[in-house]
Amino acid sequence: MSHKKRIIPHPVLSLLMLITWMVLNSFSPGHFLLGTFLALLIPYLVQDFWPNAVKVHKPLHLIWYIIKVTGDIMVANFVVAKQILGPSDKLNAAFFDIPLEIENDFTISVLAGTISLTPGTVSADLSPDRKRLIVHALNVNDIEAEINLIKQRYEQPLKEIFECYPQ
Amino acid sequence: MLPTVITICIVALSIALLLNLYRLAKGPTLPDRILALDTMYINTIALIVLLGIMQSSLIFFESAMLIAMMGFVGTVAVSKYILRGDIIE
Amino acid sequence: MPLWVEVTVSVFLLFGAFFALVGSIGLAKLPDFFRRLHGPTKATTLGVGGMILGSMLYFTQMEHQFQFQELLITLFLFITAPASAHIVAKAALHLKVQHKAKHTEQQPEEEQDKEADS
Repeated sequence: MSHKKRIIPHPVLSLLMLITWMVLNSFSPGHFLLGTFLALLIPYLVQDFWPNAVKVHKPLHLIWYIIKVTGDIMVANFVVAKQILGPSDKLNAAFFDIPLEIENDFTISVLAGTISLTPGTVSADLSPDRKRLIVHALNVNDIEAEINLIKQRYEQPLKEIFECYPQ
Repeated sequence: MLPTVITICIVALSIALLLNLYRLAKGPTLPDRILALDTMYINTIALIVLLGIMQSSLIFFESAMLIAMMGFVGTVAVSKYILRGDIIE
Repeated sequence: MPLWVEVTVSVFLLFGAFFALVGSIGLAKLPDFFRRLHGPTKATTLGVGGMILGSMLYFTQMEHQFQFQELLITLFLFITAPASAHIVAKAALHLKVQHKAKHTEQQPEEEQDKEADS
């Protein structure tokens, strides 16, 4: 890999590192200086391992997505709690595949994480060609409807946020 | 009121840890045991946070953070070992 | 400490303890590995999240200063829980752990073999 080294390869990551450093230590000028130094130095040193920077195209959509997923996590937990405490023979567990439209590694990771944290589904594996995500559901009756729900509710917004296609 | 609530929470978490221990001992498969260990880590974090409230001390925060990180790295390392027969390729 | 803070902290703590317990009951009770996976990934993570919110509120009240260091633990757990669930599930598929779930479309085990061979 012979692309030119940039001084600040990941500005958002640097900012997050600085904030984390300040929260973990204390809000003093000394820590601000040290944190800034580390936040600039570490991304610079490791940039060869991270060739593709993640670009957020629609920050407002991202915030809305986070709010939506947080709400879903709460609902999901009550649903799962009910299913765990109820009779477990009735649970209709199944594996199914979700065909993916998104291609970026980071976007797929975010989608897999979202699926694992929301209602009754855990992502188990990604097919070798990166086209399908294998998901295990705790209780599912209509697999088609479940796939469509996940695609519409989570994959579509993620595609808009992180991957920009000419439309 | 808060001390009573903390006692109730500690009892609940202890039961949770015992259930994890039961799964850890019984298995039956290796992934079951990894999962039980991972859950034990998370429950331990909750217990440490409770201890911090009980003693009104912020010092426990750092140990909770360390256990969170070690737990994740441990789980990934063991799973990776099962998958590839090697941790660092 | 004002009563409303105490009540709110207590509610958060009880909420957290309840979900941590439910996750562990799920781990102990459910019949096969992939179903057991659901309890710890969702319920236990939310349980710790609830407890940490309670703890944050408590220390904010005690120190008269906003404390959000502990939020880092919650954030960290919510990022790592799906990742560790995913890799444990992948390991289980690799070992061909018995499960009662029905398959649709492809068989995950066969794909796993292909990937392991390559």
